[in-house]
Amino acid sequence: MNKLILGRYFPGESVLHYMDPRAKLLAGFIFIFIVFLASNWQTLALLTSFTFFVMCLSGVSFKVYLRGVRPLIWLILFTVFLQVLFRSGGTVYFDWGPITISHNGIINGVYIFFRFVLIIFFTTVITLTTKPIELTDGIYFLLSPLEKLKVPVDEIALMLSISLRFIPNLLDETQKVMDAQRARGTEFGEGSLLKQMKTLVPIFLPLYESSLNRAEDMANVMEVRGYQSGLTRSNFRRLTWHTKDTLALVTMALLTLGLLLLQ
Amino acid sequence: MAMQVKLSGVKADYQLGPIRSPLVLNGVDLTLSSGSLTAVVGHTGAGKSSLLKMLNGLLLPTEGEVQVGDATIKPNHSKKALKEIRKKVGMVFQFPESQLFAETVEKDISFGPLNFGFSRDEVLKRAYEAAMQVGIDPEGGMMEKSPFTLSGGQKRRVAIAGILAMDPDILVLDEPGAGLDPAGKKEILTLIQSWHKTRNLTTILVTHDMEDVVRYADNVVVMEKGKVVMHDTVYNVFADVEKLAEWHLDLPDARRLQLKIEHETGKQLPGVCLTPEELADALIEVGLV
Amino acid sequence: MGTPILQVENLSFQYDKRTAHTLSNVSFTAQQGEWLGIVGNNGSGKSTLAKLLVGLLQPEEGQIHINGMKVNQENIWKVRSKIGLVFQNPDNQFIGTTVEDDVAFGLENLNMPYEDMKARVDEALSLVGMTDFRYYDPSNLSGGQKQRVAIAGILALKPSILILDEAFVMLDPKSRRELLATLKKLKQDENITIISITHDMNEAVDADRIIVLKAGKIVNSGTPSEVFHEEQELEPPFAEQLRRLLQERNAKVPPEFMTEQELVRWLCK
Repeated sequence: MNKLILGRYFPGESVLHYMDPRAKLLAGFIFIFIVFLASNWQTLALLTSFTFFVMCLSGVSFKVYLRGVRPLIWLILFTVFLQVLFRSGGTVYFDWGPITISHNGIINGVYIFFRFVLIIFFTTVITLTTKPIELTDGIYFLLSPLEKLKVPVDEIALMLSISLRFIPNLLDETQKVMDAQRARGTEFGEGSLLKQMKTLVPIFLPLYESSLNRAEDMANVMEVRGYQSGLTRSNFRRLTWHTKDTLALVTMALLTLGLLLLQ
Repeated sequence: MAMQVKLSGVKADYQLGPIRSPLVLNGVDLTLSSGSLTAVVGHTGAGKSSLLKMLNGLLLPTEGEVQVGDATIKPNHSKKALKEIRKKVGMVFQFPESQLFAETVEKDISFGPLNFGFSRDEVLKRAYEAAMQVGIDPEGGMMEKSPFTLSGGQKRRVAIAGILAMDPDILVLDEPGAGLDPAGKKEILTLIQSWHKTRNLTTILVTHDMEDVVRYADNVVVMEKGKVVMHDTVYNVFADVEKLAEWHLDLPDARRLQLKIEHETGKQLPGVCLTPEELADALIEVGLV
Repeated sequence: MGTPILQVENLSFQYDKRTAHTLSNVSFTAQQGEWLGIVGNNGSGKSTLAKLLVGLLQPEEGQIHINGMKVNQENIWKVRSKIGLVFQNPDNQFIGTTVEDDVAFGLENLNMPYEDMKARVDEALSLVGMTDFRYYDPSNLSGGQKQRVAIAGILALKPSILILDEAFVMLDPKSRRELLATLKKLKQDENITIISITHDMNEAVDADRIIVLKAGKIVNSGTPSEVFHEEQELEPPFAEQLRRLLQERNAKVPPEFMTEQELVRWLCK
């Protein structure tokens, strides 16, 4: 659990940390689309150097990014493997029944590998430099047109922000209950699978119970402070769009143009 | 059987999620003699909880060692050997009712002793003894109830019984009275004190409440910034008013009022008054009333 | 004395028809700017009373008026803008991700424009002395600071009554003293009505008037000195304990309740 870097915030002072979350989210979406434009060496080189540049801007060490890729490496290699084995065309290096390793297969595998890693790096840059609550605000804003379709975007955003707020508490509590049961002689991660499953009961039941109590408390608190569902609420948290955010989106547009030209 | 606890040069870090707190314990040397009841005080973040966790291997030292009876906890201690130590050290966490999970009170109290490999009969006997000790009448149908249906105070008792039933030689408690009303708190602490005496345990009690220190402990450990800065009898610790102020620690009501009276009237009272009785006697002795 | 700001008449409540009443026939009033302490042990019905006052529970019998408004389903939201409740657990009542977000929560619910919210949040934070912490998230605050933020969240709504339901229980002594000081200041400067529900007598002694609840009934009420004089069962504040001990030892102390100040002053004579 501690190893997963994707989706974690690293406090910092970089230019990216101070960007509007909406700009970062939009840039992220654009990036995911234009990654598929990288279909030759030139485009791939352009995209890789761009990603490298953005990672430098974030001020977070490269080790952190590499750690972010590590848990996903098997998934990536598996996809690459399938590409290499089942894609045909060009010189054939190996042929056995339905399995062929061809020139095009290998090339494609390399592309897939790079696309994957670039997407992970780029999205990691966003989550590392944006507080979860800012991401929620950004998503809320970008989704707010959906309110016209009667999607309760406001309530979803509130729900998300409250969940984010309580993650540290939940982690704390899990640690506490685990310690308490350890002190009563439970050994985690020992013995057969069945035995290990059994050790989870004394953790999950207390956590479930305390979460219920917490939810009840919270519902009371929210009600007393005037919250009703379906209410039109104003928003205290402000998002401010700066020139640098516009610049970022212009850069993304130029990048797209460059990729199209080089293709 | 009582046991001695000894920490020598203990240092420790603490990691939760991505946050790492460096040196929550920064060179702790401490010997708790067999059969003592020691109160550990210090403000939030001084290292009290880490000290408790150290005593049963929930937190391992990065340097130094912890001796619990004849066992020693060292950095990189093996998991297997920790279980032996946990068997000897009973640990009551703050708000221990949050560890209850079993279908019945009996099963919950039995959980610890069963994990430590005692026979069913032995466990049952201990569970009933422990329940009696905390004031839960095993004959009254309480043992078959779900712990989740009990009142807050009863839950607390069941959770404590779950630790006592392990029959530990060392008992470690983190604020066992927190959140209870004065009567409930007094009852819990009194029963812990009596168990400590009859079983001849070595007991460590973390508390914020100086009245508890005066009423139940025989000596005090003061923690500050991950270190033990004072370890003395209750009387001597509360005699040193300047030091306590320096560490932002409270005084027991009697001692605080004693100083106020001495300041306002200009008369010295004899000795260090820790209880209202001592203060009343002192006031009469110097003829202020 | 004008019309009371809070009027409770013949209030009864039970959670379950098969069990005894949690509250039976409870009546009392509170005046604007008064500090009313409601004391009793666990299970005396204190918290149920708090929930009834803010309309989280509906009484079986009896009625509650706040500012002359009856608490019922129709005007419950109006009532809630006049009355705020601080709960026991500091963590569970922190809704926002930062201090200022949390204070703004109630204002957002009123759909208040940003500029007005900002002014109210600034004012409320300064009243509880938390202005410097406005961008903090709850994990960096002590229990007492969280409770003060909760109070600010209520003050931002400009209520007439502030209820505290065992709001001190989970705090360490230092946090307790800070919170108590904040409340005293609020009462003095803002003329807010405070209803403090507690089992801590050292806290109750600061009240103007005390109501003693026992098994769902009011068994006594009056000034702290009257109540502690009559109710020998309640564990009295420390100074009173000392006075009683002196009396037992045949020392010549005044026969009635004394606060710490009074006792020290008397000893100086």
